[in-house]
Amino acid sequence: MTADTGRTASTPRQRGVGSRIAASFRYALGLPMLLLVVWGLVGTNETSGFFPDPLTISEAFVDTWVGPAFVEDVLPSLYRLGLGVAASIVLGIAAGTVIGLAHWLRELLEPLLEFLRAIPPPVLIPVVMLLLGITDTMKVVVIVSGAVWPILLNTIEGVRATDSVMTETAHSFRVSWWERLWFLVLPAASPRIMAGVRQALSVALILMVISEMFASSAGLGYRIAYFQRNYLIAEMWSGILLLGLVGVFLAVAFGFVERRVLRWYHGIKEVNRA
Amino acid sequence: MPDRSTLLRVEHLRKVYEPTTGSVEAIGDVTFTMDAGELVCIVGPSGCGKTTLLKCLAGLLRPTSGVVEMDGAKVTGPSPAMAVVFQEYGRSLYPWLTVRGNVELPLRHKKLSRADRDRLVADALETVGLAHAARSHPWQLSGGMQQRVAIARAIAYQPEVLIMDEPFAAVDAQTRADLEDLVRELHTSRKISVLFVTHDIDESVYLGQRVLVLSASPTWVQEDLAIDLPPERDQITTRALPRFTQLRTHVYGEIQRAKRGQAAAPRSAP
Repeated sequence: MTADTGRTASTPRQRGVGSRIAASFRYALGLPMLLLVVWGLVGTNETSGFFPDPLTISEAFVDTWVGPAFVEDVLPSLYRLGLGVAASIVLGIAAGTVIGLAHWLRELLEPLLEFLRAIPPPVLIPVVMLLLGITDTMKVVVIVSGAVWPILLNTIEGVRATDSVMTETAHSFRVSWWERLWFLVLPAASPRIMAGVRQALSVALILMVISEMFASSAGLGYRIAYFQRNYLIAEMWSGILLLGLVGVFLAVAFGFVERRVLRWYHGIKEVNRA
Repeated sequence: MPDRSTLLRVEHLRKVYEPTTGSVEAIGDVTFTMDAGELVCIVGPSGCGKTTLLKCLAGLLRPTSGVVEMDGAKVTGPSPAMAVVFQEYGRSLYPWLTVRGNVELPLRHKKLSRADRDRLVADALETVGLAHAARSHPWQLSGGMQQRVAIARAIAYQPEVLIMDEPFAAVDAQTRADLEDLVRELHTSRKISVLFVTHDIDESVYLGQRVLVLSASPTWVQEDLAIDLPPERDQITTRALPRFTQLRTHVYGEIQRAKRGQAAAPRSAP
């Protein structure tokens, strides 16, 4: 496609899908490109060595992460992150559904949950380390200890707020308990649950890095801390860049899943707006 | 006493709500029976506990005292012989399911083969004129069409009695007329019994074979009126009949009396 199509006077409806994607890409990448250029100009004239220019960093990026380090450091980190997120989702939704459905359980647990949620998970790392040793399990537990809260609390809230007429409809048609859970309670709570998962993803990424900085001999967090202590500044920056890319990838993957799961929800919003 | 043709028997039904601020008697003493195949309308002044009564009949609320019997068996919870069409179609249909999925949901726990279930769903959608919209989501349809989906869901469930709670209160007048005719048609062609709760006097007279006029709260049945209009009804000629006007005027007068609380409560039901 030509770069010109975006500039013609035609309305977005008339333009092809391809050129629309191209246009949105231009917007999405425009500012980062500009910042890279500014960084490059500043970096080449800078002498402290703490802010190498983008070219140096990208070279370091390729040298550091493409090759065995990917298998030794990146994959284990992503594995623990994935495990932690998956465990948080399963645990958060399961416990949240049970607590959300049982009024007395909610009243019983609410103060405790508020207290536990308020504890910053990194302070638990030494404790978990004592209990579980310096293992993958310990790191996954640390990730879950932080990422589970937004999912759990949102699920409780979402399950509790199930519409009374919808519930009555299910009762009047004698819909069974499992069907009610699967076709009513969980879908009704899904917008809240997805909001919780979105928050959990960023918390999980932070905790993945922190858990590796504390006690580890491999992993992204460990590598970045190692580079920093050894004044390998360009390598350190390349690790930060990689973390950023992992974050972006997570957001894109989440967006993809969210659009499919909440198609009805976005559809209703669109209809109401029209 | 149980008669073979008696479908629904309500005797001395009473419902008292007991919030912390003191008890509220919503339903005083309601007694009536409904035969199989009847189309009965329940009409009453606003706030007379129509919805409460209906929920008690459908087994969604436990009455304080009194009996509801369906086919001679006491109703203690939602019965497979009843299907409810709620007023708020937007909150009664599940937006994450398609039209088909909504109609199919109540059939899942019935022990039906896949083919039987599909046939019931397709047939119900065909009957309400929505066969083309099976794969749409409810929120993509107009209000009248959404209520048709709710009706399709109810008839696919194959109940003996359709309980409708002011189902057309939220749709426009033209759509309402179409939906009224749909209910009449379901009643005649499918031989389905209908208990239709409404606050619209004209609607109750146009639809019903019998109209039960409720008193103001605490509710009792103030009048049980047979509607002697011809069984073949249509929106133009039936509503233009002098008898229609007489009946609606009569019901209107009864409702006014109910509002003023002039009618005397029964000491005991016959």
